[in-house]
Amino acid sequence: MPGIDDKAGPLDLVRIREDFPILTQEVNGKPLVYLDNAATTQKPTAVIDSICDYYREYNSNIHRGVHTLSQKATDAYERARVRTMDFLGAGRPEEIIFVRGATEGINLVSQAYLRPRIEPGDEIVISTLEHHSNIVPWQLLREQAGAVLKVAPIDDDGAVDIQAYQDLLSDRTKFVSLVHVSNALGTINPIREMVAMAREKEIPVLVDGAQAAAHSQVDVGKLGCDFYTISGHKMYGPTGIGALYGKAQLLEEMPPYHGGGEMILSVTFDKTEYNRIPYKFEAGTPDIAGAIGLGAAIEYIEEAGLESIEAHEKNLLDYATAAASSIDGVEIIGQAPAKAGILSFIIDGVHPHDAGTILDQQGVAVRAGHHCAQPVLERLGVQATVRASFALYNTREEIDLLTHGITKAVEVFA
Amino acid sequence: MSGLRDLYQELILDHGKSPRNHRPMDDCTHQANGFNPVCGDKVNLYLSCEDGRVTDASFEGNGCAISTASASMLTQLVRGKSVEDISELRRMVGAMLTSAPGEHDQEEIEKLGKLAAFSGVCEFPGRVKCATLAWHTLDAALKDGKKTISTE
Repeated sequence: MPGIDDKAGPLDLVRIREDFPILTQEVNGKPLVYLDNAATTQKPTAVIDSICDYYREYNSNIHRGVHTLSQKATDAYERARVRTMDFLGAGRPEEIIFVRGATEGINLVSQAYLRPRIEPGDEIVISTLEHHSNIVPWQLLREQAGAVLKVAPIDDDGAVDIQAYQDLLSDRTKFVSLVHVSNALGTINPIREMVAMAREKEIPVLVDGAQAAAHSQVDVGKLGCDFYTISGHKMYGPTGIGALYGKAQLLEEMPPYHGGGEMILSVTFDKTEYNRIPYKFEAGTPDIAGAIGLGAAIEYIEEAGLESIEAHEKNLLDYATAAASSIDGVEIIGQAPAKAGILSFIIDGVHPHDAGTILDQQGVAVRAGHHCAQPVLERLGVQATVRASFALYNTREEIDLLTHGITKAVEVFA
Repeated sequence: MSGLRDLYQELILDHGKSPRNHRPMDDCTHQANGFNPVCGDKVNLYLSCEDGRVTDASFEGNGCAISTASASMLTQLVRGKSVEDISELRRMVGAMLTSAPGEHDQEEIEKLGKLAAFSGVCEFPGRVKCATLAWHTLDAALKDGKKTISTE
């Protein structure tokens, strides 16, 4: 890594980069420049150690053992829940359900909350920006229950048409599910306003916060949403763990999502009494190490400070946007006024996959493709883009290497 | 950057930029659509066959340089060949694309002629499917007449 000149920035990047052991390696003979953070972020030593410590020192099943290790594991698991609760601004620990990730959070809500309530012809509103994970679960419900899926359009810059969204909300609307930050374009939805529009009509709202939670402060109380879901691995935590926030009253009304151990109070062959929330939704032995790792990731984010992270990533986005725009043939896809640290672009004459390979040969890791959000790319008239996405450890020097790589790709295909 | 030059040989860049036989064929006898859902690459392949021999081949679709060049060169090379010869060609191409780097069967590579330009692809495991898409589509067209296939 060349010298880091961001010392005046809001984060101590030298120290932060030392926290991420993976970043010191070379890829294809070049220092790794990891700009695929919207796919998954790297993990700091604190997170890796928290998982190793659990397995080395107190691996045990939770909530049932009388022995010391089980109690220790239970305490750590539940501490992670409280930390997640505080992080999301929820009021009660039982409003936090550990799930595998945002995808499972959305599926849980669609199947356990909405499916029992929905009638043929009832409408679900989403937006064109959604990731496939916030489209397909509702399409399943359309097949299962005859629900109608309504999609709020976006403008050419990739911002949701708020008026059109509001116009879609009607007496027939039984649910709204919206992405907070678009993974493909980086658009930040005016989510508080959008939630308020639905809540005014007493329509419950889920917010998919997979791309938001590690990059700006989330407060579900202030947002007023009924459900909010996050993925641990997109916020410096492990894969396979995430959390679903749900208002306690709604969670209590919902039937279980999965059946099994842990989610029950008593079982006979005639009748099973379900456990209280959140355990009603956590059937089977959960990802204990993952939850502990997620807790450590949240602690790490909080120590760095979300305001500083947000300011740093905004600096990077502005710098990268200016640099990429100055290269002939580069077109940025998604230029909404409010954007998180995601730069999606195409290069004239260079297919995104070829650009991705050329960048990889220079150590620069980006995503090339449709980013599991085909409808939004189709709406903007492209099949695929190159996507560089930033995290707290990225530097301007890395963006210079990205720009250099793009120039190289242009040369190869000139 | 030697790896990149191995991947993006001049012939591939040329066919990627200016694909040959890039047109629909209304009177084709065999047709199949290949799709890679991971990246969205599409190859719609058209063949005209007579007495067990391909008399014309063309394709439509869009994708990266590797998949476009692969389809373009395929349409040139299958023309005039018997279905049996094509089957053998396909086998050799598949072997070249999926062999471990440095372990090519040199004799076969020489037999492949222009297609040897794709010999560097095996060093890029993430790009192998880009190159094989057209060949899988060709197989589907010859076997089943008309259908859509996917790399996944």
